[in-house]
Amino acid sequence: MRAVHELSICTSLARIVEAHADGRTVDVVHLDVGHLRQVIPDTLRYSWEIVVLDTPLAGSVLDINHIPAVLHCRICGARTAIEVPVFRCGCGSTAVDVVGGEELLVTSLDLAGPRTAAPPRP
Amino acid sequence: MGRFHYHADGTGHSHDQDHDQDHEHEHEHDHHHEGSVGDHSGYTTGGLRVDVLEKILGENDRTAEANRSDFADAHVHVVNMMSSPGAGKTTLLREVLLRIGATLRVGIVEGDIETSIDADRLAGLGAPVSLINTANGFGGECHLDATMVRSALPRLPLADLDLLVIENVGNLVCPAEFDVGEDARAMVFSITEGEEKPLKYPVMFRSADLVIVNKIDLLPYLDFDLPAFYSNLRDVNPHVRTIETSAKTGTGVDDVCTWLRSLADHE
Ligand SMILES: Nc1nc2c(ncn2[C@@H]2O[C@H](COP(=O)(O)OP(=O)(O)O)[C@@H](O)[C@H]2O)c(=O)[nH]1
Ligand SMILES: [Mg+2]
Ligand SMILES: [Zn+2]
Ligand SMILES: [Zn+2]
Ligand SMILES: [Zn+2]
Ligand SMILES: [Zn+2]
Repeated sequence: MRAVHELSICTSLARIVEAHADGRTVDVVHLDVGHLRQVIPDTLRYSWEIVVLDTPLAGSVLDINHIPAVLHCRICGARTAIEVPVFRCGCGSTAVDVVGGEELLVTSLDLAGPRTAAPPRP
Repeated sequence: MGRFHYHADGTGHSHDQDHDQDHEHEHEHDHHHEGSVGDHSGYTTGGLRVDVLEKILGENDRTAEANRSDFADAHVHVVNMMSSPGAGKTTLLREVLLRIGATLRVGIVEGDIETSIDADRLAGLGAPVSLINTANGFGGECHLDATMVRSALPRLPLADLDLLVIENVGNLVCPAEFDVGEDARAMVFSITEGEEKPLKYPVMFRSADLVIVNKIDLLPYLDFDLPAFYSNLRDVNPHVRTIETSAKTGTGVDDVCTWLRSLADHE
């Protein structure tokens, strides 16, 4: 069986989350994942379960925000979301920049609420 | 521009572009805003939201930059060679070394662990070969990352080389995701693979600076549609350089040598 790159992504992800959680309990890890990053969401979630098993991050889940692939045309200025991998503007130009779809970011963490009863804020 | 956001204490700001690159700063920032003292005293009813905005592969990118700067210091130019398993990377490299070895000092990082004999196939041609240690944890079987390449560098006389070729693991998905500090990416595509491959693996085909169309000697025996392949390739990477080769008959290998030489001559 070969390893999948979702597994190595999760290994890097765990290091970042651990550093930012700083010992606090994490409920949700929010991610931006671009369409062009070839990440299969279910595989990523499953890999996360494996990677955080028996670590302080066990039980935390991934919230994957899928970002579509978007081209910006330098000739006509149009912004086009693409579903198929054809990097060409509707005007025929290939002078396009990818302005969306390459994200692979941890955006934020939701930490667990306090365990002990505490008075509400005034 | 970074994204603007609000914190639990009602203050808002946006982050610098390089925020996610700078680990130290990142942590200071966190602790300053979301530490267990001050405004966030743990009396909120729900959980606390902590901003991170960090690239997941940021650590790989930083190591790749360290590699890149070592390569620059040693004046060695670096090619990351990628393909599916069996496309012909090792066979082609052998042919290249036989032709180029006398005039260009070439080193090899061998990362293809599919066939453990690849390093032996490249031995004795005058090029030092450094094998990647694959015992590097998760993901170590399907791609090379910057840290793995870095681990192979001490076994190479970098300062004595003009060109370093990294033979990546045979895989059309992940190697494209991992910058290892290379100057250019050369992809070896074999015509036994089918003309729709660029559309199925657009990220790698798009990231290539050169696409080598190998096993061209087999063209008469296959119903491979070469024009359709080029059309698919142009959809994904409109201006990419291509060279047709046969590592078996030697067709086109001189053109690959010329491309590599021009890369190494480039300052
Ligand atoms: N007919 C033909 N076979 C080739 C060519 N290049 C490589 N091969 C064969 O393809 C197989 C895989 O080649 P190899 O160099 O190990 O591929 P790698 O996995 O990309 O390094 C070997 O049996 C080679 O002899 C070529 O141009 N034509
Ligand atoms: Mg090989
Ligand atoms: Zn346009
Ligand atoms: Zn951090
Ligand atoms: Zn912030
Ligand atoms: Zn991989």
